[in-house]
Amino acid sequence: MAKKNVDDAPMASRMIISKGYRTFTVINDIFMVIICLVMLYPFLYLVAQSFSSTEAIVAGKVGIVPVGFSVETYKYVLTSNVFLPDYLNTVIYAVIGTVSALILSCLLAYPLSKKELRGNKIVGPFIIFTMYFAGGMIPNYILMTSLGLKDTVAAFILPGVISTYYVILMRSFFESVPAELEEAGEIDGLSKFGAFLHVALPMSKPIIATMTLFYLVQYWNNWFDAFLYLDTPTKWPVAYYLRTLISTSSSSAEDAGEAMTIAANIKSCAMVLTAAPIICVYPFIQKYFVQGMMLGGVKG
Amino acid sequence: MAAKQKVTGYGGRKSLGRHFRKYWQLYAMMLIPIIYYIIFRYVPMLGNIIAFRRYRAGSSILGDEWSGFKYFRQFIHDSNFWRSFRNTLLLNGKYLLISFPVTIIFALLLNEIKNMKFKKFVQTITYLPHFISIVIVAGMIRELLSTSGPINNAIVASGGEAIQFISLPQWFTTIFVASGIWQGLGWNTILYLAAMSGINPELYEAASLDGAGRFKQALHVTIPGILPTIMTLLILNIGSLCGSVAFEKVMLLYQPTTYETADIIATYVYRMGLGSGNYSYATAVGLFQGIINVVLLTAANVFSKRTTGSSLY
Repeated sequence: MAKKNVDDAPMASRMIISKGYRTFTVINDIFMVIICLVMLYPFLYLVAQSFSSTEAIVAGKVGIVPVGFSVETYKYVLTSNVFLPDYLNTVIYAVIGTVSALILSCLLAYPLSKKELRGNKIVGPFIIFTMYFAGGMIPNYILMTSLGLKDTVAAFILPGVISTYYVILMRSFFESVPAELEEAGEIDGLSKFGAFLHVALPMSKPIIATMTLFYLVQYWNNWFDAFLYLDTPTKWPVAYYLRTLISTSSSSAEDAGEAMTIAANIKSCAMVLTAAPIICVYPFIQKYFVQGMMLGGVKG
Repeated sequence: MAAKQKVTGYGGRKSLGRHFRKYWQLYAMMLIPIIYYIIFRYVPMLGNIIAFRRYRAGSSILGDEWSGFKYFRQFIHDSNFWRSFRNTLLLNGKYLLISFPVTIIFALLLNEIKNMKFKKFVQTITYLPHFISIVIVAGMIRELLSTSGPINNAIVASGGEAIQFISLPQWFTTIFVASGIWQGLGWNTILYLAAMSGINPELYEAASLDGAGRFKQALHVTIPGILPTIMTLLILNIGSLCGSVAFEKVMLLYQPTTYETADIIATYVYRMGLGSGNYSYATAVGLFQGIINVVLLTAANVFSKRTTGSSLY
């Protein structure tokens, strides 16, 4: 089982360190700091704008430090009768979606990881084929409509509830669980499903953590299925509300003035609040997903 | 099933029965996911049949009457379709051309960071944009490029005139590629870093004993070590040149004034189908793209298996 870490890259054994190389590493470190700043700059800019006064934004004074610091924008956004209800929708959809997605993906990936299961010769290609060819936007839309799912939460959850790529990553991980342990469990009286539940699953925390993050991010960020299927504004997730916020003002930047910059304030604030949970959760799961991605990605 | 019995030959049915009795729980686990795939993946594939049949709002899912290749003939003569086809190839192609080498270089440089804590920090920061909603990324782009945004401020401060980046067609490709690199640079190094961590340390020792400095080691050990990964990813990327990977980003950033360079097949399908109700026409365009994708991807995968011995799926 490849418990290798990216960090353990073959470093220790390189002995010859020339002066030129030492200069290079210093330059490289500086370059990396610059890259990090470039990566962070848009976030910092949004945060600065969300805390800045309208006048400062109009005057173009705001960089990465708020000018005319105020929390008025946050008060305004959080008390508006749209933002928080939509935010709550997103939380509910993300929880329902992620839990269903994890269950369904495990149910598929675990049996697929068993080489002795003869049916996999059919099920494997049946699933992988969908990565090459998909129904397309219009047939999917027609299907949802004719199933009567339009304007229901199901239309938002169902399209992404099993991702074939993620199932393949999970399958690779399950393959690395030693079969002897499951067999031992079966000798102790566990059924096949019991061996999955009590032996394989507890050993698969890294991939479960990774998939939780991936599906959570997928549902948290999903605006397109809401755009296609959810007609009632009270059902919208916050990502779709953001989309309406973003696309209204800045395309007509011409008619600047008060209205537009208030929107810039509010937009930044709404974006910061929407991105915040993901930014907070992700570093904790990082060590798992690097492992999970590597294992799944490298195997053929 | 018939084929399987033939393979197992004499007594096949009996052993198949035993196989099912032993593994029925595993098959039962897959049942709901398989039904899901049939309904939500395979039925829409069949639904493509409306490209050959007339479909109107309220028709049955398979349309009303046969129309043959009528819709295909229509879009073949539609200059807007060819514009979207060209833009799809150009945007994907330019992004691949720039992001692909940049990602490899970045992975090599990451690999040269000696302080592990610092390396982890850089990875954490550079992976972050990958997890941010494309809606927020589009919002950031609009904010940064707005007439009162920092980029235009810098232009004005240095004596230039503010540019309406978002509404000018000549800027779309740059915005598309640059934002794609910002969002994907860190994340896309993961497979390369994985390949690097799999290189046998003895190779570095041997190179070092032969007098190779760290640059030579990178050139003669690291790069050959990740070459199969490079080839596989390159081939598969070429295989998806006609795909609609960044469809949502285009959808959020384009506008009628930039259609000239920004309208891709997927956005065109959306506007023709769901925007103006030409379901059959839009399905025909989508099917055309789907078929090109299957052919390109299959060819790429076969080629990848032959040349590097590996394929992603």
